[in-house]
Amino acid sequence: MMELLNTIIHGLLLGGLYSLFATGLSLSFGIMRMINMAHGDMIILSSYLALAIVIPLGINPFLTLLLVVPIMAVLGYILQKLILNKTLGNDILPPLLVTFGFSIIIQNTLLEIFSADSQGLNAGKIETASIQLTQNISVGFFPVLVMLIAVFVIVALEYLFYKTSLGRNFRATSDDHLTASLMGIDTHKIYSIAMALATAIMAVAGVLLAIRTNFDPSAGPLNLLYAFEVVIIGGLGSLWGTLLAGMILGVSQTIGSYIDPGWGILSGHIMFLVILMFRPQGLFPKTKDR
Amino acid sequence: MKLLTCNNLDAFYGDFQALFGIDFYLNKGETVAIIGSNGASKSTFLKSIMGIIPVRKDAIVYENKSIGGESTHSINRRGITLVPEGRKLFPSLNVEENLLIGTQSQREGTWNLESIYKLFPILKEKRLIPSSSLSGGQQQMVAIGRGLMSNPSILMLDEVSLGLAPVIVKDIYKVLPLIKKEGTTILLVEQDIKQALSVSDRVYCFQEGKISLEGKPRDLNHDQISQAYFGV
Amino acid sequence: MLKENGKYEIFRGNKTTKTFSIILTIFTLLLISTPWWLDRSSIRTLTEVMYILALAQMWNLLAGFGGLLSVGQQAFIGIGAYCLVIFSYKLGLNPFLTIPLAGIIALVLAFPLSKIVFRLHGAYFAVGTWVVAETLRLITSNFSWIGAGSGLSITRTMKGIPSWWRESMTLWFAIVVGIGSILLIYYILRSKYGLALRAVRDNEVASKSLGIDVKKVKLYVYLIAAFVTGMIGALIFITKLRVSPEAAYSIDWTTIMFFSVVIGGIGTIEGPIIGTIIYFLIREYLDDYGSWYMIILGIITIFIMIKYPKGIWGSIASRYNIHLFAIKRHIRKR
Repeated sequence: MMELLNTIIHGLLLGGLYSLFATGLSLSFGIMRMINMAHGDMIILSSYLALAIVIPLGINPFLTLLLVVPIMAVLGYILQKLILNKTLGNDILPPLLVTFGFSIIIQNTLLEIFSADSQGLNAGKIETASIQLTQNISVGFFPVLVMLIAVFVIVALEYLFYKTSLGRNFRATSDDHLTASLMGIDTHKIYSIAMALATAIMAVAGVLLAIRTNFDPSAGPLNLLYAFEVVIIGGLGSLWGTLLAGMILGVSQTIGSYIDPGWGILSGHIMFLVILMFRPQGLFPKTKDR
Repeated sequence: MKLLTCNNLDAFYGDFQALFGIDFYLNKGETVAIIGSNGASKSTFLKSIMGIIPVRKDAIVYENKSIGGESTHSINRRGITLVPEGRKLFPSLNVEENLLIGTQSQREGTWNLESIYKLFPILKEKRLIPSSSLSGGQQQMVAIGRGLMSNPSILMLDEVSLGLAPVIVKDIYKVLPLIKKEGTTILLVEQDIKQALSVSDRVYCFQEGKISLEGKPRDLNHDQISQAYFGV
Repeated sequence: MLKENGKYEIFRGNKTTKTFSIILTIFTLLLISTPWWLDRSSIRTLTEVMYILALAQMWNLLAGFGGLLSVGQQAFIGIGAYCLVIFSYKLGLNPFLTIPLAGIIALVLAFPLSKIVFRLHGAYFAVGTWVVAETLRLITSNFSWIGAGSGLSITRTMKGIPSWWRESMTLWFAIVVGIGSILLIYYILRSKYGLALRAVRDNEVASKSLGIDVKKVKLYVYLIAAFVTGMIGALIFITKLRVSPEAAYSIDWTTIMFFSVVIGGIGTIEGPIIGTIIYFLIREYLDDYGSWYMIILGIITIFIMIKYPKGIWGSIASRYNIHLFAIKRHIRKR
């Protein structure tokens, strides 16, 4: 019983990381109507960037966020501005295939530079530290930290979207990009900024992922699938829904793992497929997908 | 002073030609109406000015600069604002946010939230309500207000009466002279000929992508207009 | 109406298409004869070319004509591969008989799968198909009966079949699938169903208003692609003789499929043919460079998608108005 409770809590906290994965994806889909097939690979790229900084400098991995986030944000901005903005239009094929191309390039470049070996970032004591909740239940300090960061990101995004003029422009562009440009909004610039923002969030996710677990160049696509599943389970348009959906996915996986180690990831997929079958609009949809 | 001129403007949707050699001008401070039946390509004309449909660079001259084919948002930034057909408010934004969207170019002028609320008092009551919950007439007010917030030198209105009850249309048209008083040049496309003629200094009639008539309302008689409108 | 007029007639083919169909026939006969005069390594390569061509044509049918962008066709390759494991390896059925059986099973399984994935549209549909493929992979990995995660070798299915026969039969089946898929698409497009398909691709809303059952059209495309891809799955692993979930359900199959289609020209029959040839040329040339070969594939895909979204054939065909297959109807004066 205690073990089960621990498993559930562990899954809930894992949801924090998954919601970070999903938030970046739902940002780019919500504003640009584009699924970035390299989403998971860019998260892993951030992990490797952090690694590349830690190896020569030997600093605490958390500090790498200061460099990795801006670098990835700039990379996202440039990719959108120079390449992806050229693929936008009514056809969904070009952005999908171009980002798939990115995915292949990133994975194989990482493979060439770092080899297929599994890597990890060591953050020291924080990784194993735990917080004692009750006599029998303790939670890892790091997973709680990740959850707090996920919540913080969502709060910050809500503030951006609803209390700033940039956020207003994001929402208008997402509603109707043609009328938005009629109103003087440079929609291509909006897309580039949105992508930079999404990539920054992916960078945070990547660094945290690298501390939490091991990674290798081929680990990207699975993260895309998780992010995607969370977005579908949660429903479009609701940031808090994404957090809840992340927790649902996390718990599905940990309970599945608890029943049989080979069924962890599979349980997540099955939960997703079940929800897709019976409630395709997601559990907490806020907007209709246009 | 001619604020905007169009010289031999042609416009195409792919292979289909919608506008044929349009020669047109707008004087500063004027209110000009464009009338014509459905499919006469009146909206297409406004869209060409806004850069939504590509045209030759020198086909449109604004403030002595050739702006044909520029991107829509940069044309808007120059001071030309279109209130689009069908209102096209942003459903995710409330009334006030929709109005604020209009301030991208941050041009100086008399129009701001306060003055727009004075023009359309009902909007102040409903400022925090999602724009999709408003009636058609109120939405049109928001759309016009949104356009005004950019303090444009040319305000273009595309079929503001469409889908609205005649009583509402009258209310909206009462507002146009007030806008004109502030010095804004107005170009409106309108199906309601009576209203169009009542507010405009000059009128053009479009027929199948060409100009069939041009003149001042008081100089034109009913038969001339029917002829130009229907092309019989 | 025009046909009866006497002044005009509707025709389909022209000199180019007629010549091409003769060339294609001769080429196919040549292909069939190769086991008697070509070396074994070339025969193996030809087999691969044929099945990759078929995969490309199916992906093109889905995405280029059906508007269904799938990133999960490897699900059916995996199903086909594991049909081979279950029916030939475990139950002793002749492996070549398993090929059509695998197609049928893939077709049957495609029914429930379609109910799930058709809940999604556009880019979401794409990722959804990927999740389905991954789910199948993981389920397969959990059954040690069929080799679990590490897979198993199925060489014993070939016991008693001399290697010349094995490789020739494999080639002939591959030719049936490869050239067959070209002909299949050709006949589909020439039919009333093909018109409906292209109408749906061009404008779904307009098609619905004309009474076309869009859901059914898309379902049929999905089922046909599943059937052929399932067969190919079994065929592929007859050549490889080792089946693992990782190899059978690999996303790499999709990468090859969309590369071949996109480079050649999506939405045309000729495109995937050209794309497959180019894919093999690049592979031959860059085989020694490991990951660089994939990186270059990715770069070329991005470049083509941005500069020449119609693909190589698509750009040439639309510019010079050449068609090798007689599908479009034209009107001319008698």
